[in-house]
Amino acid sequence: MGDQAVYALNDINLQIASGEYVSIMGPSGSGKSTLLNIIGLLDKPDSGRYELDGKLVTDLSETEQAKIRREQIGFVFQSFHLVPRLTAAENIELPLLLGGVSPEQRQIRVNNALNAFELKQRANHRPAELSGGQRQRVAIARATIMQPSVILADEPTGNLDHQIGAEVMSLLENLHHQGTTLIVVTHDRELGGRAHRQIGMRDGKILTDQFHDTH
Amino acid sequence: MTLTDTLHTSFKTVVSYRIRSLLIILAMALGVGAVVVLTALGDGARNYIINQFSSIGTNLLVVLPGRAETSGSFLGAVLGQTPRDLTLKDAQLLGRLPQVRRYAPLNVGAAELSAANRLREVTVLGSTADLIPIRHMQLALGNFLAHGGEHTAQIVLGAKIAQEFFPRSQAIGQRVRLGDSRFLVSGVLSSQGETMGFNTDEIVIIPIDYAQAMFNTTSLFRILIEAKSHSDIEPAKQAILASLRQSHDGEDDTTVITQDAILETFDRILQTLTLAVAGIAAISLIVAGILVMNVMLVAVTQRTAEIGLLKAIGATSGDIRRLFLAEALWLSLVGAVLGFLLGQLGSLLVRIAYPQLPAWAPVWASIAAIAVALFTGMLASMLPASKAARLDAVVALSKK
Repeated sequence: MGDQAVYALNDINLQIASGEYVSIMGPSGSGKSTLLNIIGLLDKPDSGRYELDGKLVTDLSETEQAKIRREQIGFVFQSFHLVPRLTAAENIELPLLLGGVSPEQRQIRVNNALNAFELKQRANHRPAELSGGQRQRVAIARATIMQPSVILADEPTGNLDHQIGAEVMSLLENLHHQGTTLIVVTHDRELGGRAHRQIGMRDGKILTDQFHDTH
Repeated sequence: MTLTDTLHTSFKTVVSYRIRSLLIILAMALGVGAVVVLTALGDGARNYIINQFSSIGTNLLVVLPGRAETSGSFLGAVLGQTPRDLTLKDAQLLGRLPQVRRYAPLNVGAAELSAANRLREVTVLGSTADLIPIRHMQLALGNFLAHGGEHTAQIVLGAKIAQEFFPRSQAIGQRVRLGDSRFLVSGVLSSQGETMGFNTDEIVIIPIDYAQAMFNTTSLFRILIEAKSHSDIEPAKQAILASLRQSHDGEDDTTVITQDAILETFDRILQTLTLAVAGIAAISLIVAGILVMNVMLVAVTQRTAEIGLLKAIGATSGDIRRLFLAEALWLSLVGAVLGFLLGQLGSLLVRIAYPQLPAWAPVWASIAAIAVALFTGMLASMLPASKAARLDAVVALSKK
């Protein structure tokens, strides 16, 4: 690389309104995941400002950022990232556990989530005993259990076959219909095309930013 | 994350890695168990010896001729004199001291005992009636030099001697020959076994006059003295030394040993021994601590993706650190408690195998062993826990 600085992201200026459905597309290495990580407060930009809900969050302490991740942001990953030794119900419960919610409350909310995502029958199964679609439904249930205002999905259907992937997408889009901001990162054009706003990225820069009315 | 939830979550983690957890717990348990058993042995030995030594008398002082010090101002040694002997007169003088409850002069020798067509060599003690209570001996039958019998040819037989010579008949009233003199058996000692390497079952006791005549001596081997109370021991020692100095023309040529001083010395030596043994056993606890560190480091590496996920869904660095510390705490705690039980079981087996040995682990040792186990466990998991807490979420999430 020599002394040439490499920028994962460069000169990004992006504003996403509350309740939007945005897809971020681009080839691998285009910086789309890094952008998602910055939006999700997992990564810090070397310079620049990031405001969430009108509040500057880049300068917050690590603990305060963790609180925002816990309460306002829900992550959905390509590889699900379920804890293998915990059951489906326990995986869904994790954010509540971290948030210090009382056990009685936790049980009620986990039960509701299990019902909502049709996982009641699989509640006591470990991830290894679940199908890919079920795993991603557990992950989505976990991402939404704290009722976040933003859902960040990084290639949510990347490890699923077409039909199951479509089911998972409609689950996420349902959340969007209920008012949650949905940001999906993908390199799948068809998937990205479902979003109302499509952002194209290359070499750490935003190339295109288009609005579509899909309905 | 609340403390209860942290402890509960990490406990479930410990349970789910069954084999790994069992091995660590076993290592901890063996360390703690070793400390408990070894201190039980050490303290048991200490108590055994103290008991043995206590059983030879109460508030006992022993006067012996000569000085125990190798340096000092005993002029007699320079002039080629041997220390003055202790005599019966000395003993009687000491008996009149206010701090002295009773005294017994003592001569020891060996002679042939014959009776009922049997013959054997025995250890002969020459003393007075007070020897029996001072030395905590007990007569199974008869009496010894009771009421004005000081100058009659009586003999008391040790339990085993009586059994050997008179297996089927009453020993009391029998006539025996000891050396060249005839004695009348007036009593038989009850069996006491060996104390401090001296077996009272194989001795005979005769009046001091007869012993001195038999061994052709006027000097005494020892004078045994029982002080009136525990607080009288030290004053009695000073009074005895002063009294003997006076009657020995100002020479300090006797030594007084108190049972207390010897007990204290034994106590100190064996306490140190117990501590040393406990220290050696504690090394295994440190080894167990290093094992905990190793296992927790492996756990952090294995669960990197999981740590990343926990951070993504809102765990703070503190949450992660506490989860790993709690996991190590459970491993150490369960190991320590199990080790304590194991140690108690081991001590019980020792007590069953050697009933004479009171092998009870001292409370301080058990508490210290558990505390050291918890401390090393926690200390050893500091590094892995903060390594986990410092992990970068993005990097951790990308690990498979």
